Amino acid sequence: MDAMTNKTTMDMADPVAFYGTEVASRLLLGTAQYPSPAILAEAIRASGTEIVTVSLRRESGVAKSGQSFWQLIRDLGVRVLPNTAGCKTVKEAVTTAEMARELFGTPWVKLEVIGEDDTLQPDVFGLVEAARLLTRDGFQVFPYTTEDLVVAEKLISAGCEVLMPWGAPIGSGRGLNNPYGLRSLRAHFPGIPLVVDAGVGLPSHAAAAMEMGYDAVLLNTAVAKAGDPVRMAHAFARAIAAGREAVIADPMEVRDMAAPSTPVMGRALLGS
Amino acid sequence: MISNQIEPTDTAQRAANAMRVKIVGAGVAGLTCAHAFARRGANVTIVERRAGSGQGCSWYAGGMLAPWCERESAEPIIAELGLESLAYWREAVPDVPLEGSLVLAPPRDLPDLRRFARRTANFEWVDGARIGELEPDLDGRFDQGLFFPSEAHLEPRKALAALTRRLVDEYHVAFDFEADGFDEEDGQAGQADGADLVVDCRGLAARDVLADLRGVKGEMLVLYSSEIALRRPVRMLHPRIPVYIVPRGDGHFMIGATSIENDERGRVTGRSMLELLGAVYALHPAFGEAEIVEIGADVRPAFPDNLPRLRRRGNTLYVNGLYRHGFLAAPALARRAAEVAFDGAHFPEVMDEDHREW
Repeated sequence: MDAMTNKTTMDMADPVAFYGTEVASRLLLGTAQYPSPAILAEAIRASGTEIVTVSLRRESGVAKSGQSFWQLIRDLGVRVLPNTAGCKTVKEAVTTAEMARELFGTPWVKLEVIGEDDTLQPDVFGLVEAARLLTRDGFQVFPYTTEDLVVAEKLISAGCEVLMPWGAPIGSGRGLNNPYGLRSLRAHFPGIPLVVDAGVGLPSHAAAAMEMGYDAVLLNTAVAKAGDPVRMAHAFARAIAAGREAVIADPMEVRDMAAPSTPVMGRALLGS
Repeated sequence: MISNQIEPTDTAQRAANAMRVKIVGAGVAGLTCAHAFARRGANVTIVERRAGSGQGCSWYAGGMLAPWCERESAEPIIAELGLESLAYWREAVPDVPLEGSLVLAPPRDLPDLRRFARRTANFEWVDGARIGELEPDLDGRFDQGLFFPSEAHLEPRKALAALTRRLVDEYHVAFDFEADGFDEEDGQAGQADGADLVVDCRGLAARDVLADLRGVKGEMLVLYSSEIALRRPVRMLHPRIPVYIVPRGDGHFMIGATSIENDERGRVTGRSMLELLGAVYALHPAFGEAEIVEIGADVRPAFPDNLPRLRRRGNTLYVNGLYRHGFLAAPALARRAAEVAFDGAHFPEVMDEDHREW
């Protein structure tokens, strides 16, 4: 965190790097469930995001018939982080990742291996195995994981250079379910880019994640399902920037007793 | 709602002066355009590459005339077009019952029901007892729902067959089925053949000239059950796909529809069927014993904003991009198309030529 405290001006560039690629925006946006691709495009522009996730499993069909939607995404000029959303086995996830690499020409993949239908909780055993296979095959894996420290260690041993713990179950909008766990993950891996992924419902949740020292936030439903997705995208961008700036600004310490912000010594005593 | 109606009992002189209109495509857009132009006195011919009308993606439509429900995810213009279209269908074809729509959610998805209510209008909250009154077979299964009393539904295949008959009998519209020359490969829709105006209603096949059209795949199935009866469409809310069940009469139910960003025709996946059947099974376990009569999939034509468009280029008028709203939007769009051609009208809400922002 030393680098951050060295920043002196508010508008100094503060990029974050994933696998050596620097981006200025710390908001990563999913592309599913928007009312239309046109609104998605506007939301992406309003958010200033530079990385969007794209789901392949479902849209791919046969013979790459999802091309027109993917082309719309490519034309936005943002980086694509293909995901393996909906995959439940290591094999499925690996196959989907390979297809993504071919389609989008990127080694990046957001790795999801879903273990349970009601919570869409990651299957962390399958996740570690798939991460190992993909890393060995030259992929740069962004694993969607829990806040579990041991799993995080194993993902890093498997070759992951980014971790993406959940805030809460996908699409739940509950915010940061386990702030202690997320803080402790941050403290254990000070040098690894950490992204809160999933469960974020409000800009304040995203700001809280950033204030904990997280490097970025990835979300989808909170923007896509808002009444006005474009406005919500902008709100999140501002919250994330605010949270990040707060970390750089080095917040005050919390204390138990009041500390007057105005000196009382020498104050005129007003008689009754 | 339908203005300037001219009945087809006109004089020979009028017929000789009539605008000659060639409509390409006999889906819901083509047929409603034929109606709109013919009732304004045009001499209309429809060419269609398939063997009959309504056999493209109209064939797989749900046929819900639900302008208020659609407001949950669609722009206000869809509701506006939908209101006009609802009135149109009630007048144009038989069997368009105004039974309303029911929106339900399993207990775990009640937040989605609240969200639906927040985004829509013209409904009433209904409790378990009221749901049981509306749909006796659902008595005791749900505690909360939304009832939209002013919505209607139709059977798309029957409705388009009835409209086709009416176009032939009342308006002497000529149909040229299995016609060549405008299939997706060579894309020659613009051959006027002596017509004053070509109205291109080819749907996704018009992508050869409308480059910003894309396909959005939808999958559906039809079930038969003698154990359960519904009077009206029921929507089951679900975080990922909204599933609807439309009663088709005689124990048949149409279940739809997925919405997938790709343009492959015909292929139905196991996961999609699992999701559709899961929702219908949650509505009533009797559907677990229902017979699967049909499964199908086709591709909806959509522009990037998922809104329909009229575009005029030379003597061709393109009517396209109806997306999920074919029956809901086509008649209102067709009426506007005819006013563009006859009156030089302009409708900015559906005519901002090349709105692409990509």
